[in-house]
Amino acid sequence: MLKAVILIGGPQKGTRFRPLSFEVPKPLFPVAGVPMLQHHIEACAKVPNMKEILLIGFYQPNEELTRFLVNAQQEFKVSIRYLQEYAALGTGGGIYHFRDQIVSGSPEAFFVLNADVCSAFPLAEMLSFQKEHGEPNSLVILGTTANRKQSMNYGCIVENEQTHEVMHYVEKPSTFVSDIINCGIYLFKPDIFQHIGAVFQKNQQDMLLYPYDGEEPTNGWHRAEAIRLEQDIFTALAAQGKLYVYKTLSFWSQIKSAGSAIYASRLYLNQYHTTHPERLASNKEGGPKISGNVYIHPTANIDPTATLGPNVSIGSGVTIGAGVRVRESVILHGATLQDHCCVLNSIVGWDSTIGKWARVEGTPSDPNPNDPFAKIDSETLFREGKLTPSITILGCNVTIPSEVIILNSIVLPHKDLNRSFKNQIIL
Amino acid sequence: MKALILVGGYGTRLRPLTLSVPKPLVEFCNKPILLHQVEALVKAGVDHVILAVSYMSDLLEREMRVQEERLGIRISLSHEKEPLGTAGPLALARELLNVDNEPFFVLNSDVICDFPFKDLLQFHHNHGKEGTIVVTRVEEPSKYGVVVFEADSGRIHRFVEKPQVFVSNKINAGIYIFNPSMLSRIQLRPTSIEKEIFPVMAEEGHLYTMELQGFWMDIGQPKDFLTGMCMYLQSLRQHAPERLRTGPGFLGNVLVDPTAQIGENCTIGPNVSIGAGVVVEDGVRIKRCTVLKGARVRSHSWLESCIVGWSSSVGQWVRMENVTVLGEDVIVNDELYLNGANVLPHKSINESVQEPRIIM
Repeated sequence: MLKAVILIGGPQKGTRFRPLSFEVPKPLFPVAGVPMLQHHIEACAKVPNMKEILLIGFYQPNEELTRFLVNAQQEFKVSIRYLQEYAALGTGGGIYHFRDQIVSGSPEAFFVLNADVCSAFPLAEMLSFQKEHGEPNSLVILGTTANRKQSMNYGCIVENEQTHEVMHYVEKPSTFVSDIINCGIYLFKPDIFQHIGAVFQKNQQDMLLYPYDGEEPTNGWHRAEAIRLEQDIFTALAAQGKLYVYKTLSFWSQIKSAGSAIYASRLYLNQYHTTHPERLASNKEGGPKISGNVYIHPTANIDPTATLGPNVSIGSGVTIGAGVRVRESVILHGATLQDHCCVLNSIVGWDSTIGKWARVEGTPSDPNPNDPFAKIDSETLFREGKLTPSITILGCNVTIPSEVIILNSIVLPHKDLNRSFKNQIIL
Repeated sequence: MKALILVGGYGTRLRPLTLSVPKPLVEFCNKPILLHQVEALVKAGVDHVILAVSYMSDLLEREMRVQEERLGIRISLSHEKEPLGTAGPLALARELLNVDNEPFFVLNSDVICDFPFKDLLQFHHNHGKEGTIVVTRVEEPSKYGVVVFEADSGRIHRFVEKPQVFVSNKINAGIYIFNPSMLSRIQLRPTSIEKEIFPVMAEEGHLYTMELQGFWMDIGQPKDFLTGMCMYLQSLRQHAPERLRTGPGFLGNVLVDPTAQIGENCTIGPNVSIGAGVVVEDGVRIKRCTVLKGARVRSHSWLESCIVGWSSSVGQWVRMENVTVLGEDVIVNDELYLNGANVLPHKSINESVQEPRIIM
């Protein structure tokens, strides 16, 4: 049997996702109409013999997460549990801490998936690859090709082109190493815990030899247990006949910033043609005009004279008035878009209202469409002291008056704006 | 009676509109700028209008032949071979202005107001001197040349260019009446009437002022063109409210040519003029704009403080603002944002213009 672990992080993470992560844990933010995590869970549940999915993170148990887990268990008929770390233990420390839970029932292998990626999740392919390559206990990293410049923002993998063994691994190098990058999706054998265990032992010894004299509030045990898979494990396992890379040509992207959520939505909406055609809206008599891939929650109320798409997700209870235009945007539940308003490259927060003839517009941060290997840039908020033009984000319960323009701006929750804003963060 | 209108050159300040149409023929509130002046002159008894032009335009000549016919007057074009300033054209047209001993009007072609020609003639006769210039009150006199005069009689003492200390808030409105004898002061060479002729006339006690009642605007550039439009429409509201469009979907002062079509669920106004044959589709919001003949504004767009050129097309869900001026036959594609764009004729715009600039 098989298991899967999804690393969901915690509240201190995902700051690049503000102000949206104030309202909902980032892994539950809707991408293409469903929580980000659901795409992972669906992919795992599809793998034959998948017995359990474990979420590991350091969020306090909360109602939203619990409700999501209950619903997902029912929908996907698989055991799903949340295991809370007592502190941020890193990508390796978390699975090591819960190794007993993971190996109980003796799975022959388990997947580890980072929550903040969007992917076609070729998990079955990784399994077959693992069977065909290397020794029985070999570990598999999902890799993809990036361009030279962007590869340096990721974990870089040098492979043996015949065997696909990982010969060298380096996280975010400062010079070009390889254009194969780590997708944050792994297939491990329980044997991995021996390797993590060795790092843990070494950390503990180091701490006895060189006691930490700072004012760290946590005990030493915690620090020994904080282990990163990438730097601490993969780098050491390279060229040992243990670590392999399965390169995929299917879609993949990180979801770090809110801007990348719109891009990820586009990738998933496109995938729905094969996986979930029922989730894609179509042009119907008495319905709005649909252009390209659009997700509309069944409870949304949309005027037939509105035009939506491409790449639009409309959440539950959203109201869209006459003559409204929405393109490349996410409209979260309970929002109201009044007549003739125009929303482009934006995320409209929960219960926000956009007035008549208002224009809410952002600048897309899409990868270069002419470079097949380009990835979305994890943009910095400011460049040379100026706000980088990016998508416009309205936090929860923001009110935009009629006829104004909100351009390339981020509006924090519960604001009533009274005029136009451009290139600003509105506290 | 005769009148000389100083039309001048290419009207570069009103580009891109004047790249297609000579400035006097650009419609201001659905009527060519020049006709606002000519019609007011005819009402005051003028039967010969002389246009002082520094470039020749077939379009202008042809249109003037039509207007001669329509108004039953004579319209002459006096062509300067070299720029003659604001006084030189009077010398050039001396033969036409000096045929009898009647006073004649002179005006700058960029000026729009409730032209007070009858009162001006009367006032001029009453004081009996060589010239009268119309003055108008401004809020910030330090930006202009002001006129200092005797309050009771209107006799001008002097002119002060951009006064740093308050001396007067009245400026030259660019509307004059002169006796033909005044022509002997001007030679056929480039001369400024304001700087070289008026000070001498004032010195000799030959120049008087009459203060303009009501609005006044120099509409020579797009920003002022729109401000002038607001003033003109407000004046229409007072003097001829029946010409303004009212009803559901219309706010404030809105002038709509009878051949224009306005769609459903639009909100038009305040301060909008819509020309002949214009089509405004459903759900459009327009305020403080001039939409010229034959243009189309497609559904759900939002326009404020813009001039939409002849036969231009504005796409759906377009937002245009901040004195965006579209020349003739410009196409703005769907969903774009134009902020202070100045678009030359026959352009198709495919990208938003987020900061004011010229689109060649």
